[in-house]
Amino acid sequence: MLRMLSLALMLCLMVPTTAAAQTLQDILQTHQDEVLKPGRRSVGVVLDDLVASGLPQALPFLEAWRDREIVQLGSDGLFYRAAEDGDAITLTDLDTGEVFTQVDDADLTETRPNGGVRRAIGDALVQFQLSDPDIAKRRTAVDAIARTMDASQRAPLIGSIDGETDPVLKEIKTRLAGMLGALFAETADARIVAINDLSGDLSVDVRGVLNTILATDAQVAATVPDGANVAQVLVVGTDLTPTEAYARLVVAELAPPLVTKSQIRDALVTNINGDEVGGIPVASLDTDAGRALAYDMLAGEGIAPPRVNETAQADAIAAHTFYLQYAEPNPAITDAARTALTDIETKVAMSQAVDLGLDALSLASIYFLAAIGLAITFGVMGVINMAHGEFIMMGAYTGFVVQQFVPDYTLSIIIALPLAFAITFGAGVTMERLVIRHLYHRPLETLLATFGISIALQQLAKNIFGTQARPLTSPEWLDGALVFNDVIAISYIRIAIFVLALIFLTLILFVLKRTRLGLEVRAVTQNPGMAASMGINPDRINMLTFGLGSGIAGIAGVAIGLYAKVTSEMGADYIVQSFMTVVVGGVGNVWGTLAGASLIGFLQKGIEWLNPSNTLAAQTYMILFIILFIQFRPKGIVALKGRAAAD
Amino acid sequence: MRKSFLAENPSVLWFIAVLAVFTVVVTLLSEVTGVGLISTSFVKTLGKTLCLCLVAIAMDVVWGYCGILSLGHFAFFGIGGYAIGMWLMYARTEGIVIESLAGQPIPPTSAEVSDAIGNQIFGVVGSSEFPWIWAFADNLFLQLLMVVLVPGLLALVFGWLAFRSRVTGVYLSILTQAMTLALALYLFQNDSGLRGNNGLSGLQNIPGFENTSQAVISVIFFIASALALAAGYIFFAWIVSGKMGSVVKGIRDNEARVRFLGYHVESYKLFIFTATAVVAGIAGALYYPQAGIINPGEIAPIASIYLAVWVAIGGRGRLYGAVIGAAFVSLLSSWFTGGGAPDINLGFYVVQWTDWWLVLLGLSFVAVTLFFPKGIGGLFDLLVRKQS
Amino acid sequence: MSMLLEVSGVTVTFDGFRAINNLSINFAKSELRAIIGPNGAGKTTFMDIVTGKTKPDEGTVIWGDRNVSLLGMSESQIAREGIGRKFQKPTVFEAQTVRQNLAMALKTPRGPFAVLMHKKTKPNAERIEAVADQIGLLDSLTRVAGELSHGQKQWLEIGMLLAQEPRLMLVDEPAAGMTPEEREKTTDILKEAAKTRAVVVVEHDMEFVRRLDCKVTVLHEGAVLAEGSLDHVTSNQTVIDVYLGRAHA
Repeated sequence: MLRMLSLALMLCLMVPTTAAAQTLQDILQTHQDEVLKPGRRSVGVVLDDLVASGLPQALPFLEAWRDREIVQLGSDGLFYRAAEDGDAITLTDLDTGEVFTQVDDADLTETRPNGGVRRAIGDALVQFQLSDPDIAKRRTAVDAIARTMDASQRAPLIGSIDGETDPVLKEIKTRLAGMLGALFAETADARIVAINDLSGDLSVDVRGVLNTILATDAQVAATVPDGANVAQVLVVGTDLTPTEAYARLVVAELAPPLVTKSQIRDALVTNINGDEVGGIPVASLDTDAGRALAYDMLAGEGIAPPRVNETAQADAIAAHTFYLQYAEPNPAITDAARTALTDIETKVAMSQAVDLGLDALSLASIYFLAAIGLAITFGVMGVINMAHGEFIMMGAYTGFVVQQFVPDYTLSIIIALPLAFAITFGAGVTMERLVIRHLYHRPLETLLATFGISIALQQLAKNIFGTQARPLTSPEWLDGALVFNDVIAISYIRIAIFVLALIFLTLILFVLKRTRLGLEVRAVTQNPGMAASMGINPDRINMLTFGLGSGIAGIAGVAIGLYAKVTSEMGADYIVQSFMTVVVGGVGNVWGTLAGASLIGFLQKGIEWLNPSNTLAAQTYMILFIILFIQFRPKGIVALKGRAAAD
Repeated sequence: MRKSFLAENPSVLWFIAVLAVFTVVVTLLSEVTGVGLISTSFVKTLGKTLCLCLVAIAMDVVWGYCGILSLGHFAFFGIGGYAIGMWLMYARTEGIVIESLAGQPIPPTSAEVSDAIGNQIFGVVGSSEFPWIWAFADNLFLQLLMVVLVPGLLALVFGWLAFRSRVTGVYLSILTQAMTLALALYLFQNDSGLRGNNGLSGLQNIPGFENTSQAVISVIFFIASALALAAGYIFFAWIVSGKMGSVVKGIRDNEARVRFLGYHVESYKLFIFTATAVVAGIAGALYYPQAGIINPGEIAPIASIYLAVWVAIGGRGRLYGAVIGAAFVSLLSSWFTGGGAPDINLGFYVVQWTDWWLVLLGLSFVAVTLFFPKGIGGLFDLLVRKQS
Repeated sequence: MSMLLEVSGVTVTFDGFRAINNLSINFAKSELRAIIGPNGAGKTTFMDIVTGKTKPDEGTVIWGDRNVSLLGMSESQIAREGIGRKFQKPTVFEAQTVRQNLAMALKTPRGPFAVLMHKKTKPNAERIEAVADQIGLLDSLTRVAGELSHGQKQWLEIGMLLAQEPRLMLVDEPAAGMTPEEREKTTDILKEAAKTRAVVVVEHDMEFVRRLDCKVTVLHEGAVLAEGSLDHVTSNQTVIDVYLGRAHA
């Protein structure tokens, strides 16, 4: 330990000029005996000098030395690196790299470093890499240590921390040293200190270290031996099934193995005698009971090992204790690790809850954006627009097309947003004028007619853009994620969508509550007849409302396209969720849509969290929940009250 | 009673007569009689079309007569297909497994047989255990009962929930669509017990008829489909005529008024919803052995919407309209998408119907809704009016 | 004599607006009653409560000899109890014939399976024809209801009420849009019906009410303002102030 530290000290004080005149060979010649027959003690001198020399060729030499490739040539007494090449042996000059062939292997003396020496060389190697002037090499070395987590790496790692110039890497080294300390520090107390130091860290590798300390073996014995660090005594029936328990007894050679069904079958097949086995006709072997009977006959004759019956199994299980034993014998250490892990897991769970909440929030924003246009048209006009999803798709493709002409992603998004609004606004107004206007008061027909438009638009998009997904690249400043800690992270795109949703919420509320158009829209929503008699032109309002709803769908399309793929079918993916959002939230109310989007977003994330492996199931359960929800609040979360709603 | 019903509804007799003639002609021209003018695959297409006509009249009753635009009836159709498909797949695999195990030196136990069948059927989704929903798959009778019971019970429960809370109009449509989506998503999972998106396949091989040619089987199913369509037509015509029809149409036109007349509207809706779901299930059970494969994609909400499209184009509120719509649009659809229609060369662009058929269908559907709300069936009214 | 329908202390609020305010009103087993009142007096809401369309916040509605509460019942149950309603706007099933309309209303079992198995019988046909005769539509039995004139539709709806054989008929503005001759006939039909049951007529038209020649209840702001003969209530100063006064102003 002390030597290592002094070595490290020398490394950081290394001044290349002091050793410039020296060659590697010079150093080796100085310590000829130590190089040729290194001992665990004597090798230190060589290593110290090598490190002190600062020679770049020292590193490959150490590797070769460790790998027993260094030889001494009898004729000149110099050391070379040797490699067998068929019958011939090639020697490489350690300083110049010059290669020549030596045929007579009798003239060569191999260096034979033993295990302890090789370990010492290995440590020195790590030391070299950890203190390499090239930061990339230092990083590689640290990464390698993090991957292998070996006890031998601890000392060199600690040795290199003080000399580390890069603050980030220093931080990483310190953390890694802490983890290695938890695993491999010399004394139990030192390990416990290191373990306690880890407890604030939520990262996966720290949890991995603690789990390694807490690794258990399944054991079985007649009684738990004294001094065993037992993690848990297993109860047969609750913690493990009798079958598993017996299997463990068999593995531990504490009980005879069971005769499996296939063994019974094989024994019967090999012992068929005419059309009988053990005196039982073959035809009656089509049940397990029949086979058991025949097998028992065979066993009785001593041809096959006897079956272990249920009672014997139960007795064997009852006579033993099944327990989990820590690989780490010191209970103080495992206790500390358990406390630290519990602590970390609590923090991780809390962080995960926050992360889940953020995820749900961004999902809710997306649903809000996708549904708000639909909510406006549905609420104001009572029109179900099945082509709403296709307007979302149109918006996304608008973004894609703009990016084909404007290579700057930031600029192209700035152009695409209003353009998508304009295009889908136009499409919406056109659809309202040509189709929906003629179908007012026939909501089911409107639903079907807009569905016709939806399939036509979808197929049209397929014909124009093809079936494969088109990319909509987000600007660079939206790449990456806002990282709070090892668990909580939210991508900038999702934040942007959240902000966009907020902007639209404000904008729509402003338009509805503070402008003349909004006043007229609300008037038409509440009582179209009365509104018309007061000089409001419902025709114009309907047209504008429909345009507005469609336009927002277009913008939602650009936003969705940024984080999901743009395909001709993307609209269909969102349409049912959008309907759900509107229906759950309550028709004709912006806050209702917000509530609906939040409920559905949080619900979906919540269900996915409960059943993370299966998003399909999550969606299934969510829809079932919504169907039930509608039972209890048919008018949605934010229901309009009074006579207007009753009709 | 039956006599007076048919006498009052001559169109039913006409329909049965046309269907009978059609069935006989197709049978005579099929490969079974040696004439072979109609290929086996086309007989299957026609048989499948008859099943689609059957589910279309069910849709017409629930939507055209009762005013419930259900976007879930094709799901019931699919459930019927799955129910019969389970037996078909199980029984056929069982036959193959027993045959392959027969060569063993000692006879297999039932557990070995069932393991082997499970491996064959569920190996594709990485499992070999039989899910509980396959409990009756080995029994044709019980599984046929499932064809009727599962869609019926699902419709009963869903309808009871929805009608009880007075969900109507577009809300109800969206809710049925959600139900359909939930079902499709559920079936898409590998652990749904129905082989995920692989679906059930090999359904054209009917256990017990291994030595019968597909030509004969196709004609048998064609005739069975025709009989089912005839029976369904008479059944629904009977329901929608007479007093039941009056009440049901009354619910469509003014639900509240019917309620104030003392009728428990929810029960009527539930009856119609469930009865049509059951018929849809039966239609599916006849369809999928002719199609040979069923997968969750068939159940997706879009299929149910197409069903509504057929009925609307054919003319809703009249049973023969639904038949015409389903037959016309589905046959036209397979003609266009199957490459049967010639491409149109515009010089600068070649219109390929495989690409453009859906655009045409979508737009013509809008046109029908706008300009011919009575659909093709409405043309009959014009003819009748001209004659009188 | 016990009452057929006793409404007492009923209050209904829509978004803070009291449509019915502590209303109490009773009807005898066979009587003709007119309810009048200005717009927004709560006439239609009162009918909604009795027929189960609207649930009141407070109060009781007691029905019939068995004194059952109507509040927990659905619309169809209440209708089967014997309360028939005619809407302000004629709502007949326009796609169906007059005979089908009447047949649907005819007092027969209402369950789906009974209806499915329903057979046409001679007595039922005779009842339909009798009602049709009463409302003057005997010649129009095979006509589609949508083709009828406005007045005929009103009659058909009254006929459907009669076919229901209710013990209480709630009739909302039966004379709206009718010619004077048609009104006279309507008056006769209602008077005739009131001989065997309670008939409650909501009406704006004073002339029509006068011709009914019956007890009148005046509703105002969701409560009973006055009750008695038409002459009695029209001479009531409060009534003149809130209703007639305003109407004649």
